Amino acid sequence: MNTQFFIDYAWIIPLAPLVGFLINGIGTFLKLPYVRSKTVVHTIACGALLLSFIFAVGVFLHLSSLEPEARSITRYLYTWLQVGSLKADAAFLLDPLSSVMMLIITGVGFLIHVYSIGYMADDPSYSRFFTYLNLFCFAMLLLVMGDNLLMLFIGWEGVGLCSYLLIGFWFKEKANAQAGMKAFVVNRIGDFAFLLGMFLLFWTMYDYGHASVTFKEIGQHVGLIKDVEVGGWPVLVLVGILLFIGATGKSAQVPLYVWLPDAMAGPTPVSGLIHAATMVTAGIYMIGRLNFVYTLAPEALVVVATVGAVTALFAATIGFAQNDIKKVLAYSTVSQLGYMFLGMGTGAYAAGIFHLMTHAFFKACLFLGSGSVILGMHHEQDMRKMGGLKKYMPVTYWTFLLATIAIAGIFPFSGFFSKDEILWKAFEAGGHISSWYYVLWGLGIAGAMGTAFYMFRAVSMTFYGELGARAHEVPAEEASHGHDDDHGHHGHGDHTPHESPKTMTFALSVLALLSVVGGFLGIPYALGHFFHVPNFFEHWLEPVLNHGGGHHGGHHSVPPIEYGLMIFSVAIALTASYLGYLFYTKRQDLPKKFVAKFPKLHALALNKYYVDEIYQALVVNNLLRLNNFLSAFDAKVVDGAVNAVGSVVRVYSRVMGFWDATFVDGLVNGVAQLVRQLGRALRKTQTGRIQNYLYVAMLGVVILMIWRML
Amino acid sequence: MISIQHYLLVSAAIFVLGLLTVATRRNALGILLGTELVLNAAALNMVIFGRYSNHMAEGSIYALFVIVLAAAEAAVALAVGLMIYRNFKTIDTVEVDDLKG
Repeated sequence: MNTQFFIDYAWIIPLAPLVGFLINGIGTFLKLPYVRSKTVVHTIACGALLLSFIFAVGVFLHLSSLEPEARSITRYLYTWLQVGSLKADAAFLLDPLSSVMMLIITGVGFLIHVYSIGYMADDPSYSRFFTYLNLFCFAMLLLVMGDNLLMLFIGWEGVGLCSYLLIGFWFKEKANAQAGMKAFVVNRIGDFAFLLGMFLLFWTMYDYGHASVTFKEIGQHVGLIKDVEVGGWPVLVLVGILLFIGATGKSAQVPLYVWLPDAMAGPTPVSGLIHAATMVTAGIYMIGRLNFVYTLAPEALVVVATVGAVTALFAATIGFAQNDIKKVLAYSTVSQLGYMFLGMGTGAYAAGIFHLMTHAFFKACLFLGSGSVILGMHHEQDMRKMGGLKKYMPVTYWTFLLATIAIAGIFPFSGFFSKDEILWKAFEAGGHISSWYYVLWGLGIAGAMGTAFYMFRAVSMTFYGELGARAHEVPAEEASHGHDDDHGHHGHGDHTPHESPKTMTFALSVLALLSVVGGFLGIPYALGHFFHVPNFFEHWLEPVLNHGGGHHGGHHSVPPIEYGLMIFSVAIALTASYLGYLFYTKRQDLPKKFVAKFPKLHALALNKYYVDEIYQALVVNNLLRLNNFLSAFDAKVVDGAVNAVGSVVRVYSRVMGFWDATFVDGLVNGVAQLVRQLGRALRKTQTGRIQNYLYVAMLGVVILMIWRML
Repeated sequence: MISIQHYLLVSAAIFVLGLLTVATRRNALGILLGTELVLNAAALNMVIFGRYSNHMAEGSIYALFVIVLAAAEAAVALAVGLMIYRNFKTIDTVEVDDLKG
């Protein structure tokens, strides 16, 4: 099969979802009849993604048939904009990194599209949903395929827009619309720093004669500016940190993670696709793409790693106390993204991207599983009202369980390979780079323990025990309304949970399979060399990420401590998993005792460390205060000045009006009056008597005669 | 000896009498009579100045013109007077003031 064809037509990959978006979008917008047919709508949407996926696979096959050094193809379409020395092409960069991202986006995206057919079946805005979903895939593909920073940024903003649209998909409920706005605003804060980072990089490169936004050219010439400083800081560290702040917004890291838990207001497939598998990983992709910048800025890498490790543990602890199944998964996502950043920050870019991929599999599976549970429970999200669903929803249960084992990092599921790789690299960096990384490794291990615990807690609460056995734990004021994922159709008659439709279980099964076997793509050398199995994933990404890692190729001797740490982390994961299972099935008294003993600690985790409240008090309220001040300033000072000018003009015009009315008009009227009075007087002389005229004539003659005589 | 002054005195007297008649009379016929007197005083002056300035013929001719003019005027004025009478049943000029402004 000639795979060159897929390279030539690689532009179809982003174009197909765009066309799907346009067809469904125009139909929805103009209320055309064809969008009333759900079959037409989802055939278009899913077909577009399937086409993209086929081409992405084709691109992958072609790249793998080339020599590793040649696996970087730029498909130039047209010059998008050219201003001075800034030249950005609409061009796609096809290399190992972008092909991995393309496969994840189109593959997982296609499965989630299929899943949505079942999940959204009863929704009145069916076509709008698929329209947004396709637009999202288009923007996300643009983000990962663009060959320059500007295209990445367009995609970056595009996915932000779609995220906003989809979080607020059920915008009739105010909380959902607010969650969408929160996501958008928090992302803007990050995007601002991201823009600054881009500008700083561009202009510094410009000063050194290599102004470019293309990744390839930046990569070639970035070494020129590695010693440049701005205000005492190495410029690349500043660039790295600014871009990373953008990533903390998009990828939900401390301190900008607050939007992601609220983003669960969107439909569950959206949570799975955008807020777990793809969009939130854009920050990790960006660091991977710009690894040459970060490698030259080790201080920025330390920041990345620290933020990642802190987030990993911090979010995991919040996950302990959440009762909303989607909130648990949301904090879990934040935590797992933290691991990815820890990996990136350690310089183990391949490990970070690897975790990105396995996470996309198991977290999408978990989210879709939770969606299946929510649908089966008739739009109930509170885990306290669930329990015992194992017998009602076997497929959902098994897939959810497999994905949970994967995320907990238990050998040989995919999460083990990726997470352990990151932790090992962090530990190793403790010896190679700075002992600070030992601390980060500790945070990571603690977070991994937490992950296993809260995930098995979620599984136990949802699938084990008896249905509704702990419903009494729900406080009365919460029980009345519940967390309604959907709106309006509770009228299913019977209230026993039911298994979800085929489209949904199909997607779940495929993702669960990937969660189980996905890890074998990246078997670490320490394990693989026994069977002569290479680390496919790392080798695949090597041409793109060959700047990082520091010691690759040095796998000839495996330090025994690596095996020790592997066994240690699996043991920890197993213990925490067992505890999570035990505490929420047989020994439910233990967590209750714990809560009773440390009520403040529990309240802290339950209320997410009050971060939202702190932001409200520190940032939002101060902003509002500033707003009020500015509006008062506007109302009093600005309006006052305008009104004062108005008053002056009014007085002036009144004076002028008086002058006009009195003097000008007076003059005109006076002339008219004069003429009138004169006319009235002179009229008297017109007596009509001929003799009178004659007298006057005679008088004249007499006067003339007297005159002559004088 | 009768000099030019005597003639002129006579003609001036006739003129003034005619003028006074026109000015004082309210009867349209009376006014007409007055104008005849004024015209004849003028004709008399023509003849007088012709006689005393060696232009006898011219003076007499002008006098003749004046007489003809007076005849024409009298004819027209009498016709007007008749029409006035027909319309207003009077020839008192004070009564006839329809053209008054």
